[in-house]
Amino acid sequence: MAKSAPRAKSTTPPKTKSQAKPPGKALKSKTAAKVPAPTAVATSDRILRYYRDMLLIRRFEERVGQMYGMGLIGGFCHLYIGQEAVVVGLQAALGPEDQVITGYRDHGHMLAIGMEPKRVMAELTGRRDGYSKGKGGSMHMFSRAERFFGGHGIVGAPVPLGTGLAFAQRYQAGRGVTVCYFGDGASNQGQVYESFNMAELWKLPIIYVIENNQYAMGTSVKRASATVDLYRRGESFAIPGRQVDGMDVLAVRAAADEAVEWCRSGKGPMILEMKTYRYRGHSMSDPAKYRSREEVNKVRTEHDPIDQVRNRLLEGKLADEARLKAIDNEIREIVIAAAEFAQESPEPDVAELWTDVLEAI
Amino acid sequence: MTEVNLVQAVNLALARAMEEDDHVLVLGEDVGIDGGVFRATDGLLRRFGAERVLDTPLAEGAIAGLSVGLGAQGFRPVAEIQFTGFIYPIIDQLASHAARLRNRTRGRLTCPMVVRSPCGGGIRAVEHHSESPEAMFAHIPGLRVVIPSSPRRAYGLLLAAIRDPDPVVFLEPTRLYRAARGDVVDDGAADILGRCFVLREGGDVTLIAWGAMVVEALAAATALEAEGVGAEVIDVATLKPLDTETIVASIGKTGRCVIAHEAPLTGGFGGEIAGRIAEQALFSLLAPIERIAGYDTVIPLPRLEQLYFPDASRIADAARRAMAYR
Ligand SMILES: Cc1ncc(C[n+]2csc(CCOP(=O)(O)OP(=O)(O)O)c2C)c(N)n1
Ligand SMILES: [Mg+2]
Repeated sequence: MAKSAPRAKSTTPPKTKSQAKPPGKALKSKTAAKVPAPTAVATSDRILRYYRDMLLIRRFEERVGQMYGMGLIGGFCHLYIGQEAVVVGLQAALGPEDQVITGYRDHGHMLAIGMEPKRVMAELTGRRDGYSKGKGGSMHMFSRAERFFGGHGIVGAPVPLGTGLAFAQRYQAGRGVTVCYFGDGASNQGQVYESFNMAELWKLPIIYVIENNQYAMGTSVKRASATVDLYRRGESFAIPGRQVDGMDVLAVRAAADEAVEWCRSGKGPMILEMKTYRYRGHSMSDPAKYRSREEVNKVRTEHDPIDQVRNRLLEGKLADEARLKAIDNEIREIVIAAAEFAQESPEPDVAELWTDVLEAI
Repeated sequence: MTEVNLVQAVNLALARAMEEDDHVLVLGEDVGIDGGVFRATDGLLRRFGAERVLDTPLAEGAIAGLSVGLGAQGFRPVAEIQFTGFIYPIIDQLASHAARLRNRTRGRLTCPMVVRSPCGGGIRAVEHHSESPEAMFAHIPGLRVVIPSSPRRAYGLLLAAIRDPDPVVFLEPTRLYRAARGDVVDDGAADILGRCFVLREGGDVTLIAWGAMVVEALAAATALEAEGVGAEVIDVATLKPLDTETIVASIGKTGRCVIAHEAPLTGGFGGEIAGRIAEQALFSLLAPIERIAGYDTVIPLPRLEQLYFPDASRIADAARRAMAYR
């Protein structure tokens, strides 16, 4: 898993007639010049911020797991624990004009974007103050204000939808980039490749982030994919790809910077394969027959994204225990408050059954 | 004879069919090692091997398309779609190919495939995991559409579906998977497709339902009995081809009917049944036909789903309205 992943394997597109300079080559030299070793760039404030944001997701998700167990959350619910570095590293590279779309394992994405934990939690408990008025649940939340376009339960769906979002951005001729997240399992859906083709054809500003957590439900990448280097999936469309250690938030950030720059400058899409891992079951009901406890424990102890940053902070003397403790406390308060809010918010009105179907029925 | 739940009955039928005929293959996402989301295919991989129980990549369209190809070669693929909410991409394969292969090749090629998928709500599973798209399939010429309502029917109808020479969409009511229990004799005996089952006789009103709504209709019949109303309950079981005869005969006896389904009212299969009754039993009717259905909205919010789905009391109320006509 993450261990065997080189920091940035890349696939660069072949030379094409219409491009005097092969984009891959241009990219490479640029990258080399612009992105020094990630640790050197990252200031202690930045790293502390990553630590905080990842910890928020971790603690939030742990609480969600408990509340689900207590029957406070209905429907399907997929936790992001283990994958925190991916969204945190990527989000750090984005600006106010950029937008995000993802699948159903979406709590971490929303928290990283800065959506309110208490309103995410209230949606999970199906309450009126949730982001979808308590009608969407875990998989279906949106925020126009934060440019978060869901939250989609259909595996693979974010890819064509995200490609459309990026088309709109290009049409509006702004600087905005779309970040489109999907899983290793999703990467075997046909619509992904139809979208890749269009994105490169029309040079759309979209970063396809494949969160390769090694499994699609109970099916490992190896058992489902003819080729397992998912960052190469855009090769035949000449979309450059990078394989990134998705357990290392700094590596993610560095790759994100490169991809954002690529997209902003009108060069078209880029694929980032994030090698990551989910610690918990696929959803809250998972027979866990497909992998061993040892495998999970090994990743947790050797590659945990939060521990890695924590160690970096302490060893580099960028923060002391007291500082980290203060962050822990802050996060605890946020999560407790979210959980309370989510249980106090009223249930949706019965009349809500008939709203939001058509503008008027 | 063993008491099993509906998902176990499905499992027994699959195992039996695979045992009998090595052209029966099971394919779908996580049907092998995991044994399926609801464990319907549990143990089949161990028993029949990876050549016959295929954990597929995540690609519904190709799962269905591949099954058409297999079917054309005389195999009997049984494809699982994890939830009916993910079945929409395969409508393309079913409508354009599976359902028309026989016709298009003038009978030279057929497509004996089965698509199984858990359908309906009641497990607080929200959008994509609670829908009832049976009417969409029933609208496609060349497909059979079957929905069991008990372990026994699940066993018998699934065997019949697998042995049938044409494509069958087999929808399994999720909420009955574990809730419905009953005796099943694993003797390989199939039910007959294309026949409605009269589960309870009565002379005053006919309650027509399929899938999980059959259980609600039976409960409604019990409630009505206490009020002196005799309700006949028909489990439609095969929506297409529809056994109009059994329905019309019952209306001839009762003169009143309530049709119940979970799917939204508009364009629901209840409309088709009402149409047949109007055509063939109009003058037997003593009261307007009542339809109790899901509302014309997107599948419900988790907290209020019990309001969305028709239940015994809504069905019984409709029967009482019908009884008010004398
Ligand atoms: C079209 C479709 N098919 C099947 C499912 C059921 N399902 C939900 S998640 C999932 C696995 C997806 O795996 P992956 O893309 O790797 O994402 P991960 O869950 O690992 O984040 C499946 C099969 C679905 N939601 N949508
Ligand atoms: Mg995955």
